[in-house]
Amino acid sequence: MTEFTPIASLIGGMMIGLSAVLLMLWEGRIAGISGIAGRLLPPYRDGAFLSRLGFVVGLIAAPLVIAVATGEAVGQTVSSNIPLMVAAGFLVGFGSVWGNGCTSGHGVCGLSRLSARSFAATGVFMAAAFVTVFLVRHVIGG
Amino acid sequence: MSFLVNLGLGLLFGVGLVISGMADPAKVLNFLDLFGTWDPSLAFVMGGAVVVAFAGYRLVLARGEPIVGGSFHLPTRNDIDARVIAGPAIFGIGWGLGGFCPGPALTALGLGASGTLAFVPAMIIGMWTARLIGEAVSRTSNV
Repeated sequence: MTEFTPIASLIGGMMIGLSAVLLMLWEGRIAGISGIAGRLLPPYRDGAFLSRLGFVVGLIAAPLVIAVATGEAVGQTVSSNIPLMVAAGFLVGFGSVWGNGCTSGHGVCGLSRLSARSFAATGVFMAAAFVTVFLVRHVIGG
Repeated sequence: MSFLVNLGLGLLFGVGLVISGMADPAKVLNFLDLFGTWDPSLAFVMGGAVVVAFAGYRLVLARGEPIVGGSFHLPTRNDIDARVIAGPAIFGIGWGLGGFCPGPALTALGLGASGTLAFVPAMIIGMWTARLIGEAVSRTSNV
């Protein structure tokens, strides 16, 4: 079980939305993490490498900044099944770049722009994830 | 300068991921477990993010141009092709297995869990593979 946290989740979500809006205001780009991270490796097609690097460094620094600010370590529970996590990571990386976006690019930014393409993508990855968890927890694991 | 601005925006995004619970795979997997230990919190993350981005994008795009770079880089395609179905289907399966999507996985990197340290390099390799195959495919189809 995890605790239902509507207020914290809403506030955190609004910070994510604000970051996306400010990135559009600053340099006119979509805050899609798969697009940003996927273009950190060559070939380089534009001059936005340093921007992307900065964004990713900020992401990685976030829990460390929170830990320093609050004096408490950030809690999380991650599976320690290494083969499972390697397979999951490859699928997430391949699928998000193949489909031109993930939870942020299609989910947050695409839905906000009322993109039909992003509505389709978001519906498919949500459905695939719901079905996967159902199979893992209630069919295979049940 | 753009490096520092983006670092600040990445930090804001990452703090949002942590506060919202999105950076904790246990919370993500419980959100996805409709018929088990369902935790609906993450619907509020998406709701909050989309409401702010929906309103904010309208204000920003009405300016006509961003502060730097001269023009907005907006996706122009709106067709629903095989890739925008197959990609998210593959991504969703991985998300359901590991509980991480790309942003939270990177954000969790510094926390050093063994599962994260296995997930992130595999994710980067997956991203790179998709890019290289995608570029090879589009080169072939342009010939």
